[in-house]
Amino acid sequence: MEEVKKIGHTGEKVAHGIFFVCGMVAIAFVLFITVFLVISGVPAIGKIGITDFLFGTVWASTAAEPKFGILPFILTSVYGTFGAILIAVPIGLLCAIYLSKFAGNKAAAMIRSAVELLAGIPSVVYGLVGMIVVVPWVRETFNLPDGANLFSAIIVLSVMVLPNVISVSETSLDAVPKEYEEASLALGANYTETVFKVSVHAARSGIASAVVLGVGRAIGEAMAVMMVAGNVANMPSLFTSVRFLTTAVVSEMSYASGLQREALFSIALVLFIFIIIITLLLNFVFKKKGDVA
Amino acid sequence: MEKQEAVKSKKAVSAAASGTKKMTMETDIHKISASRRAVSGIWKGLMIASFVLIMALLIFLIGYICYRGLPNITWQLVSSEPSLLTETDGILPNILNTIYIVIMTLVIVLPLGVGTAIYLNEYATNAKLVAIIELATETLAGIPSIIYGLAGMLIFVQFFSLGTSLLAGSLTLVIMTLPTIIRTTQESLKTVPDSYREGSLALGSGKWHMIRTVVLPSSIDGIVTGCILAIGRVVGESAALLFTAGMANKIMNFGQALTPGNAGSTLTVALYMYAKERGEFDIAFAIAAILLILTLIINFSAKIVANKLKVKK
Repeated sequence: MEEVKKIGHTGEKVAHGIFFVCGMVAIAFVLFITVFLVISGVPAIGKIGITDFLFGTVWASTAAEPKFGILPFILTSVYGTFGAILIAVPIGLLCAIYLSKFAGNKAAAMIRSAVELLAGIPSVVYGLVGMIVVVPWVRETFNLPDGANLFSAIIVLSVMVLPNVISVSETSLDAVPKEYEEASLALGANYTETVFKVSVHAARSGIASAVVLGVGRAIGEAMAVMMVAGNVANMPSLFTSVRFLTTAVVSEMSYASGLQREALFSIALVLFIFIIIITLLLNFVFKKKGDVA
Repeated sequence: MEKQEAVKSKKAVSAAASGTKKMTMETDIHKISASRRAVSGIWKGLMIASFVLIMALLIFLIGYICYRGLPNITWQLVSSEPSLLTETDGILPNILNTIYIVIMTLVIVLPLGVGTAIYLNEYATNAKLVAIIELATETLAGIPSIIYGLAGMLIFVQFFSLGTSLLAGSLTLVIMTLPTIIRTTQESLKTVPDSYREGSLALGSGKWHMIRTVVLPSSIDGIVTGCILAIGRVVGESAALLFTAGMANKIMNFGQALTPGNAGSTLTVALYMYAKERGEFDIAFAIAAILLILTLIINFSAKIVANKLKVKK
C-alpha cells in the first residue's frame, strides 16, 4: 500500500515536470528564432552600414561593386500591404457586418464555409491563379509590356487577406453587447443605422486588430507574391515590376554566398522586426480594449 | 423588412424566424425620412455586393482550378516519378513527401502542443508565466512562413547539421504548427467541467491520473480539430519548406525520409517549381486541383468534428 502511493507520487512529479518542460518549449522556440536571426542578420548590417542598408535605393547584390540598399523592398512591402488592406478591409468589413448582423442562418453558414475555404487554400495556388489570370488581365487592361507588377501583387494579396479580416471582425461584432443595439433601436434608429453607427463603433478595437492582423499576413506573404510581382529590385510604383522584403529573400537565397547571403538574413531580420512590432501592437494595444467590447 | 429585422435581436432570429414573420404589424410605429432610408439602403446594397463578390470569387477560384487542373490529373502523373529518359512527369514523390512530412510533424508537435496546453490549463499557477507562454505562442502564430524557412535553415539544416532534408522541414513545421495545436487543445480543455476534475480527485486519483483518464478523453474532439487544422497548414505550406526540405523529386520510403540529408519537395513546393521555374502550367494546375480537393476535405472534416463537439456541449 505504502509503495503504491510512493510510485504514484513520483509518477505525478515526473508528469508535472514533463508538462512544465512542454510549457517552456514555446518560449524556447521564440528565443531560438530571435537569437539565430539576430546573430546571422546583424553582421551584414554592420559591414554595409545601417543607413546605407536601410535607406540605400539600389540593390545590386551580384554587381562587381555590390550595393545593398533595401529601401526599395521596404517601400514595396509597405505600399503593397497598404494597397491590399485598402481593398480588403472595406469589402471584408462589410461582409463581416452582413454575416454577423443581417444574414440568416443558411447564408451565414455559407459565408463562413467560404471564408474558411479561402483561408485554407495554399498560397502557391493563389500565386498560380494570379500568374495565369490576374497578370495577363492587368497587362491587357492597362496596356503594359508585362503584367507582373505591384498592382497584380496587391490584387492577389487583398484576396489572401480577406478571410482574416472577415473572421476577426465578425468575432468582435458578435461580441457587441445586445443592450447597446437595443438602446439605439429604442432611441428610434433603424436597424441598419444601429449596426453601422453603434455596433461597428463598439467593435472598433476588434476591427482594428483585424486590420493589423491583415497587415501581418500581407507583409509576410512570400510565395504568392513571388509569382505575380515580377521580382525586379525597382523603387516601387504601381505598374513596375517590384520585389518585396519576403521575395528578396526567396529569390536569391538558393544561390547567394558571402556578404550577399548575410545581407539576405539582414532583410529577414528587418521583416522579423516588423512582425514583432505587429504582434506586440496586437497584444498590448488592442487586446486590453478588446476585452471590454 | 428593416423594421421587421429591427425587432428581433440577433440570436432570437434563428429560433423564431418563422414565428415572427406574422408579427410585422408593429412596423408602422415610426416612419423615417427618405434620406435616412436611402442611406440605409446604400449600406445594405454595399453589404450584399461584398457578400456576392466573395461568393463569386470563391466559385470562380474553385471552378477555374478544377477546369484547368482536373483534366490533367492522369494515373501516370500520380503514380510515377519524373523521368528524363522517357520525358514524362510524375508527382508521386511529392505526394509521398507530403504524407511523410505530415506524419513526422504531427508525431512531434502533438505531444508538445497538447502538453503545453495541459500545462497552461491544469498545472500552471503563476499568472505571469502563463501570460509569457501565451505571448510566445501568439508570436509564433504571427511569424510568416518565410521567416520560419530561414530560421529552420539556420537551426536545423546548419546548426544541427541535418542537411536540407524532409526531417529538417518537418521540425521547422513543428514550430510553425505548435500554436494551432496549443490553442485548439486549450479551448477544449476549458470546456471540460470542473466537476469532472473534482469528482476524480475526490475519488483519490492523482493529478496526472485525473488528466489522463478524465480530462483528456473529454477533450479529444478539440485535439482532433487541432490536428486537422495543423495538417491543413502543413499541406499548404511552401515558403518554410523551400530552404529546409529542398526540391528533390525522388521516390523515398519512410525510412529514407527520416534520415538526415534526404531532401524532397512536397506538393506545394513542386507546384511552385513547375509554375515559376519551368512554366509547366498543366502539371501545376493538376497539383493545384489536388491541393484544393485536400483543402476541401480538411475543412469539411474539421467542421464535422467541431459540430460533434458542439453537440456534446
